[in-house]
Amino acid sequence: MTTDAPSVSAVASEARALAAEAASAIAAAPDVAALTAARPDLVGKGSALARLRRRLGKLAPEDRPVAGRALSEALAATEARYEQRLEELRVLERRRQLEAERLDLTELAEPPPPGRLHVITQTQRRLEDVFCAMGYTVAEGPEIETEWHNFGALNFPPGHPARDMYDTLYVDYGPPASTLLRTHTSPVQVRVMQAQSPPLFVVAPGRCYRQDTADATHMPVFHQIEGLVIDTGITLGDLAGAIETFTTAYFGPGFTSRLRPSYFPFTEPSAEFDVRRPDGTWLELGGCGMVHPSVLEVCDIDPERWSGFAFGFGIDRLAMIRYGIDDLRDLWTNDVRFLEQF
Amino acid sequence: MKVLLSWLREFAPIEGTPEGIAEDLSDLGLAVEDMITFAAAPDGIIVARVAGLRPHPDADRIQLVDVDAGDGETRQVCCGAFNMAVGDLVPLAAVGTTMPGGLEIRSRRMRGQASEGMLCSPAELDMGGDADGIMILPAGLEVGQDLTSALGVAGDVLFDLEVNPNRPDALSVVGVARDLAARRGAPLWIPEPSVETSGPPASASAAVEILAADLCGRFSVRLLRGAAGARTPPWLARRLLALGMRPIGFIVDLSNYVMLETGQPSHAFDADLVAGGVLRVRRAAGGEQVETLDGVVRTLSAGDGVIADASDTVIGIAGVMGGASTEISAGTTTVLLEAAWWNPPDIARTSRRLGLRSEASARFEAGVDPEIAPWALERFAELAAAGGVTLAPGLVQAHGDLPSRGPVRVRSGRVNAILGTSLAPGEMRSHLTAIGFGVAPGAADRSDPGEVWDVTVPSWRPDTATEIDVIEEVGRLWSYSRIARTVPRSPHPGGLTERQQARRRVQDILVGFGLMEAMPLPLVAPGDLERCGLGAGGITVTNPLVAEESVMRSSLRPGMLKAVSYNAARRQQCVALFEIGHVHAPGDGELPEEGDQLAVALAGREAPAAAALWERLRRAMPFVPTEVRNEAAAGLHPTRSAVLVAGGEPVGVVGEIDPAVAESFGISERVAWLECDLMRLLESHVDRPAYRRPSRFPSSDIDLAFVIDDATPAAAVEAALRRSAGDALVTLRLFDVYRDPDRLGGGHRSVAWRLRLQATDRTLTDAEVGEIRSACIAAAAASGATLRG
Repeated sequence: MTTDAPSVSAVASEARALAAEAASAIAAAPDVAALTAARPDLVGKGSALARLRRRLGKLAPEDRPVAGRALSEALAATEARYEQRLEELRVLERRRQLEAERLDLTELAEPPPPGRLHVITQTQRRLEDVFCAMGYTVAEGPEIETEWHNFGALNFPPGHPARDMYDTLYVDYGPPASTLLRTHTSPVQVRVMQAQSPPLFVVAPGRCYRQDTADATHMPVFHQIEGLVIDTGITLGDLAGAIETFTTAYFGPGFTSRLRPSYFPFTEPSAEFDVRRPDGTWLELGGCGMVHPSVLEVCDIDPERWSGFAFGFGIDRLAMIRYGIDDLRDLWTNDVRFLEQF
Repeated sequence: MKVLLSWLREFAPIEGTPEGIAEDLSDLGLAVEDMITFAAAPDGIIVARVAGLRPHPDADRIQLVDVDAGDGETRQVCCGAFNMAVGDLVPLAAVGTTMPGGLEIRSRRMRGQASEGMLCSPAELDMGGDADGIMILPAGLEVGQDLTSALGVAGDVLFDLEVNPNRPDALSVVGVARDLAARRGAPLWIPEPSVETSGPPASASAAVEILAADLCGRFSVRLLRGAAGARTPPWLARRLLALGMRPIGFIVDLSNYVMLETGQPSHAFDADLVAGGVLRVRRAAGGEQVETLDGVVRTLSAGDGVIADASDTVIGIAGVMGGASTEISAGTTTVLLEAAWWNPPDIARTSRRLGLRSEASARFEAGVDPEIAPWALERFAELAAAGGVTLAPGLVQAHGDLPSRGPVRVRSGRVNAILGTSLAPGEMRSHLTAIGFGVAPGAADRSDPGEVWDVTVPSWRPDTATEIDVIEEVGRLWSYSRIARTVPRSPHPGGLTERQQARRRVQDILVGFGLMEAMPLPLVAPGDLERCGLGAGGITVTNPLVAEESVMRSSLRPGMLKAVSYNAARRQQCVALFEIGHVHAPGDGELPEEGDQLAVALAGREAPAAAALWERLRRAMPFVPTEVRNEAAAGLHPTRSAVLVAGGEPVGVVGEIDPAVAESFGISERVAWLECDLMRLLESHVDRPAYRRPSRFPSSDIDLAFVIDDATPAAAVEAALRRSAGDALVTLRLFDVYRDPDRLGGGHRSVAWRLRLQATDRTLTDAEVGEIRSACIAAAAASGATLRG
C-alpha cells in the first residue's frame, strides 16, 4: 500500500472524524442564528466533508463505492444532526420568547361601563316581540291628542261620568279643552281603524299622561300598551284566548289569566284581566273588552260585519314587577346606578 | 260600596263561605277590594259610658276619661284620642284583657295619672274601621255588657266592592243581592213594607212643585209626625258603624240606612221650618246663596238645581246637600221626607263645581232607579214606625221628565256571536229574567239564526239601552270564566315597520357605543327651554298640578341636562346618555308637530367626541344623506358647534353644550352634544347600495397633506378629493392634523388624507394613479387647500 493513493480506511476514518467534529460544533451552537451562520461550514458544499468527496477520485475504482458510502453516511448524519439541532433551538427560542411575553390578564384598568337600554324600552320590546310573533303589527300615535280621539270617538260623550276616571291634562292648543295629553293609548285604536281596513291585528305602545302627583306608585307620565283586533267573527272567547296566549308567552308556563266583568265606555262587554301566578296569587293587569259598536261605526266599520276586541295595560308596572323595583319614580331619575342594572 | 253579608241575607238566601261569595261577586263584575270578617271582641271588652273628660295635668296629648262600666264605680282611663263626648258609649278594655294584637291591659300610670284599662278604636278591635279615634258605640247599648253580644256583629262579613259607573244598581244592598241571587239560582225577596198611616193627610201640610222638569224627574214626599225623642235602634246603628258611618240621630240614620239598602238617597226637612210647607224644585239664579248643612254659605251658579220654599228662598241644593235653615234637630217633631230622581249630569256638574261629594250625590250622578222612591219612603216609614214615629197618609209627589226607554231588540244569535258561546235561547232568557229584565218575542230577523226578542230593561239599569248592553248582561251572568277560549289567527305576518326597526337599531348601536338610555320626564318647567338657549316654544299644560311639570318639551335638551346634572351631583361624572323621545312644536294642523328626536350627551367630553359619534352612527344607519356644517347653534358652544343638514334643511346639531348653559344646570363638566330629528333622518327609504364584489386587483395608496385655512372646513376639502378621485376611490381617511404656527403660519393647519385607489377590472397604472393625484391636488387647491411640499 503506497502513501500516495489514499486508502479506503483513511478516507472513511477521516470522514468519521470530520462528522464527529461537525457534530460537536452543531451541539455547541447556542442559538438559531449561530447555527444557521455555521451552516456552510457544517453541511454546505464548501464544508470539510464535502471537500473530502473530491478525494474519492483518487481511490482505486473498486474502493470508491465503499469509501463513497462511508462519506455519504457521514454527510447524511451531519445534516440530520443539523436539522435536529435547528428544530431544538427553534422550539427553545419560541419558548423563551413566549415566556418573556407573559402577562397578568387580571391586571386591568376599569373598562368604560357597557351601554344599556332603559328598562322600560326593554320591557316594551319584549311585549312588542311577543305580539309580533302572534301576528300583530305595532302602531303609534301622538301623545298630544285631540279630545275627540281620546274621548269623543271612544264613546265618552261630553260630561260623561266615566271621563272622571281619567285625570286629564289639557294643553293650550286650539280651542279650549280641544287638545289634551292622551290619558290612554286607546286613541290609537281610532287612528288605526280610520287609516286601515280590517282585518286588523295591532298593538300600540306609548306614553300617556294624567294629572297626578309623583309618588311610589303614581307618575304624571306612564307607559301603556294597547291591543286591537278587528276581523269577522271575533268573540269574547277570542279575547280571553288571546290574553291567555300572551300571558303564557310573556310570563311563562304556569301563569294563567282570567277575565272579570268591568266597564269602559269604548268596549262592551268589558272586562278586567288578571294574571294568576304559579303561587296562586293574582296580579290585576289591565282592561279589555269587545270593541263597542259605536266606536266601530265612528270609524266607518260596519259592526254587523266586523267585530273585535281591545285590551290595554301598563308597561311600567310590568317592568317594576319583573325587576323588583318598588318606587315608580326610580324609573325617571336617570341615575346611572339605576340605569346600569338592567 | 260596602255591604254586610247579614244584610244581603235579608234579601236572598245566600249560602256558602265568604270566600266563595267573594269569588262570585268578583266574577259578576263587583270586584271585592276588601273582605273583613268581624271577629268576636276579646273577653273583657265591655260597653262603658263616658262620665267625664278632664285634661291631663302633665301631658297635652292625653286626656283623662272617667268611665262608667256599669258596676257602680267610676274608673279613670288615660286616652290619647279626643273624639268622644260625655255621655258617649265606648268600648273599654278592662284590666286583664288580652287584645287581638296580644297586648295585655294592665293597671298603670301615665305621666303620674292612673289608667284603669284602655278605650279602643275600631282597628284595635279588628273591626275594620280606622285607628284615629275611639269607637263611639250606638246609644242604647247596655252599659257594662260584653261588647260582642251588645253589637251582635261577630261572624258577620263585610265586602268592600268596587262598583263601576255602569252599575248604579249595585250601590245598594238590594242590587248586590239581586246579582248574587241570580248567579246562585236563589230567589230575591223584596218585602212590601207594611206601614200604618194616621192623622191628617200629608197633602194638608205639604206641597211639591217642579219648575224644572228636565232637572227633576220625580219628587216624592211623605210626612212623618212624632219624631222628637225617637232613638236609633242599636241593631241599625251598629250596621252603620260596621260600614264606617257614624250614627248621628234617628232620622238621619234611617235616611242613610235606607239609602244603603235601596240605593235611594232621601232628605229630611224639619216641616215646621219649611215656609208654607212647600218644596219647590227649580234652577238657581246666579249668585243665590244658601247655608248648607256643613255650615258653609254656598254661592250658586245659574242653573244649579235647588229646592226652595214658599217664599222662594233656597233651602237645599238638589241632590248634593240640604240647607241648614230646615235641618232637623233633636226637637224636630214633624218631618218632610223627600226622595227624588235628579238628572245625573246636573248633579255631577253642581257637585264638582262646589267640590261637594256625598254618598247621595255619588248615587244621583251614577243614576238612581227612577221608580224606587215610593218604595224607599215606605221602607223608611216602616223603620221609623218602630221608633214611635207615625206616617201621615198619602204621598205628595210631582213629576218632571223621567228617562223613557222602549224595549231593546236582541238577537240570540248575535249574543252567541259576540260572546263566543253556544247558549240556548232559553238559557239566555233565564239569565236576563233573573236580574229583572223582561224578554218578549220580537219581530223576526232573517239575518239571525236564533230568536229575536224585545227586551225590557228594569228601571234600575239606566246603563242598558242597546243590544250590546244586553249581551254583556248575558255574558256576565253566564260568567266570563266559562267562555271557551279560542285564539284568533292573524292573516298578516306580524312585525315592526322599517322605521320601527331602524329606531331599535339606533338604540342598539348607541348601546354598543357604551351609552345608557335615559328617560327624562317629557314635562319640563317654564323657563327650562329658554335656559338651554332655545326659544320658548313648548306647549303649555292648561291644568298642571305643579309648575315644574307644566310645559311639553320642544327639545330633549332640558331633560338630558338635568340627567347629567343629577348624576354629577352624586359624583357620577362622565356619564354617556342618550334618549329617543317625542318632542312637540306648534304646527299648522289640528295637532302640534310631534315626532321622535334623538339626543346624546357625553359628559366630560368635548365637541369632537359628539361629532365622531355622529359620524359612526350615520355610517351605520340608512339615514338620509346629511352634511355637517360648522355653524353656531343656539345653546351650543358657538365655536364648537355644527348643524346637520339634509336636503338643505337643518335636521340636528352636534358639538358641545355652551358652558354657560351647562353651568345654569349646575354642570361643571364639558358636555359633548348631539341632537337630531330621527323622523327626518329616517324619512325616506334609503336604498341599500348594490353589492360590489371586492376587486381582485392590487390597490394603490396615495397620501396627500394640505395646509388649510382654519376657516375652511376639512369636510369641504374632503368632498373635493372625493369628487375628483372618482370611481377609483375605495376609501378616504383623514389620518393626521397638526398645527405649527412657525412653519404653517397662524390660523392654518395641516390635514393629511390617505386615499386608497383601486379599479375593479384592472390594475391601475402609475400614470393613472398620478393623474388622479394631480386632479385631487387641483380640486383641493380650488377649495382653498395648498399641498404641503
